[in-house]
Amino acid sequence: MNAPDISEKRWDTLARSRAARLARAGHLATGCIVSADDIVQLLEAVIEPGDRVCIEGNNQKQADFLARSLVKTDPSRLRDLHLVQSVLALPEHIDLIERGQVSRIDFSFSGPQAARLARLVESRKIAIGAIHTYLELFARYFVDLTPRVALIAAQAADREGNLYTGPNTEDTPAIVEATTFKGGIVIAQVNEIVDKLPRVDIPADWVDFVVKAPTPHYIEPLFTRDPAQITEIQVLMGMIAIKGLYAEYGIKRLNHGIGFDTAAIELLLPTYAADLGLKGKICTHWALNPHPTLIPAIEAGFVESVHSFGSEVGMERYTAARPDVFFTGADGSMRSNRAFCQAAGHYACDLFIGSTLQIDLHGNSSTATKGRIAGFGGAPNMGADARGRRHASPAWLRAGREGRGDIAMPRGQKLVVQIVETFREHMEPAFVERLDAWELAATANMELPPVMIYGEDLTHIITEEGIANLLLCRTPQEREQAIRGVAGYTPVGMARDLRMVENLRDRGIIRRPEDMGIRKSDATRDLLAARSVKDLVYASGGLYDPPRQFRNW
Amino acid sequence: MEQFSLTLPSDALPQNIASATLCGVVSSGNLEILVEPAAASDACRIVVNTSAHGFRDIWEAVLKDFARRHSVGGLSLSINDAGATPAVVSLRLDQAFETCRGELA
Repeated sequence: MNAPDISEKRWDTLARSRAARLARAGHLATGCIVSADDIVQLLEAVIEPGDRVCIEGNNQKQADFLARSLVKTDPSRLRDLHLVQSVLALPEHIDLIERGQVSRIDFSFSGPQAARLARLVESRKIAIGAIHTYLELFARYFVDLTPRVALIAAQAADREGNLYTGPNTEDTPAIVEATTFKGGIVIAQVNEIVDKLPRVDIPADWVDFVVKAPTPHYIEPLFTRDPAQITEIQVLMGMIAIKGLYAEYGIKRLNHGIGFDTAAIELLLPTYAADLGLKGKICTHWALNPHPTLIPAIEAGFVESVHSFGSEVGMERYTAARPDVFFTGADGSMRSNRAFCQAAGHYACDLFIGSTLQIDLHGNSSTATKGRIAGFGGAPNMGADARGRRHASPAWLRAGREGRGDIAMPRGQKLVVQIVETFREHMEPAFVERLDAWELAATANMELPPVMIYGEDLTHIITEEGIANLLLCRTPQEREQAIRGVAGYTPVGMARDLRMVENLRDRGIIRRPEDMGIRKSDATRDLLAARSVKDLVYASGGLYDPPRQFRNW
Repeated sequence: MEQFSLTLPSDALPQNIASATLCGVVSSGNLEILVEPAAASDACRIVVNTSAHGFRDIWEAVLKDFARRHSVGGLSLSINDAGATPAVVSLRLDQAFETCRGELA
């Protein structure tokens, strides 16, 4: 019998490649520490053509020094790179593509660079693998998109290479875990190198090189909403959400989007919701960044627990002073983790509510508009029914009964809610017959139109006209009329079947504010627990330190 | 500026209002509504001054729904609009009506 010839097969090519890269870079490092002046040389030494590279960055912290340095590398040496990273948010990310160093990208979000990216895709300068959700991209790091080189950001390192990420841990553990345990190379930019770290977030033997960046890494205060900009319509919609939805279903565990609509809800908890006797009955446990607008609800004792994807600029001292509420380390500062918080938002929350730019007649919604490939980040993981869920809660069971009727096998459903004013700025209707996402998919040669929330996952729509409960619709026609019925004076709303909409209202599928006992004259800004950023600082007892652009006093 | 007026049939208010009521302010994305007594009790007369052009169909739909939703016969409404969305217009109309009705009670 002939044994298969295995003598020629090598099983350590990744380790040998890694060793060769480290040998090429060895002279640039003292221990693991590399000087900022040598960083371009280091990148050229360890990155090879065709590599999958992750430049860490989310919509919060960014490995911006490493991104800037990568743009300074020799394009004839570092080419055909495959970027696998959460966001393409920095101009340098797109510069790399324009310089011809990147052939393929797999990502989640590109907010600030959405228009430039769309132009590059249309001119065939770049191929998009897919626009993922965060959890989906992290999952693929462990299957078929494992980075060969990860360029990450941390607050501080010690001389061994242990890293302290502080409150903005975010994506770092997921990226490093995948890279380091599959023969990859991890390079960290840090704001400072110290003798002793407050705590270790990433152990030294997972990190190959550390460089002290000339400037601290950039962090965007993306989750700060100035209460002064919240409108009366947003107050009204917040009242509708609290009384018509949170109270009805007894929503205790939830995630909020980042818009002003949900900021209004947060600021109505200590006032409107408290007056309705809902303290302790709703909104006790959150998967949420430390939104400054949640401070009054926390101070009023509404909130028991908050786990966060990342931190928020200026909230560091406040979160550290509320360790019963936030997840904090032994050093006293918060620890965030995007992967775990996304999982929490997907599996352990009963409700997701957020805003969007367009909703179609099937309830599909998208923030993609013509000429902009923006991506979605975390919303699709939170805004989707968790089909794998196996634990019950009253809200989840009720939604399941409403949606599935009385079927043999009891099963719940997550409440997925879109909250929008019927017209956005400049009289752009939020309701459309056809999403711009279709046209974008055609021009950008994408296999899937970029849909943020699929209609089949959407359970409720809230507008200033009331709530449409899509769970209770029994036919596609009812569903379409329920959507038209809350679409106000948009063309989609004006084309409603008046009799059918009145029938839906009689059956409680559409509920107007007056049907819920909500007086529109109560919808004033006086109802907000804070009406300015300064009010939030007061509510925090001076612990919240807002970024300069939010200080107007 | 675009200006137009409408006279919409509506059930009469239970009693005449004594004085004028003002609701809202003219600032960007907002509007003010002045409510006064009018002669005819079976109709509501509305004058609209708006900074936004080309939305007369939507204005008429919003105002007709308002006159259908409430008994506003015998009222005269003067609206000065600085680009409010239909949501804000409806909210102000309802607030103006609730205010003037409150003053009746």
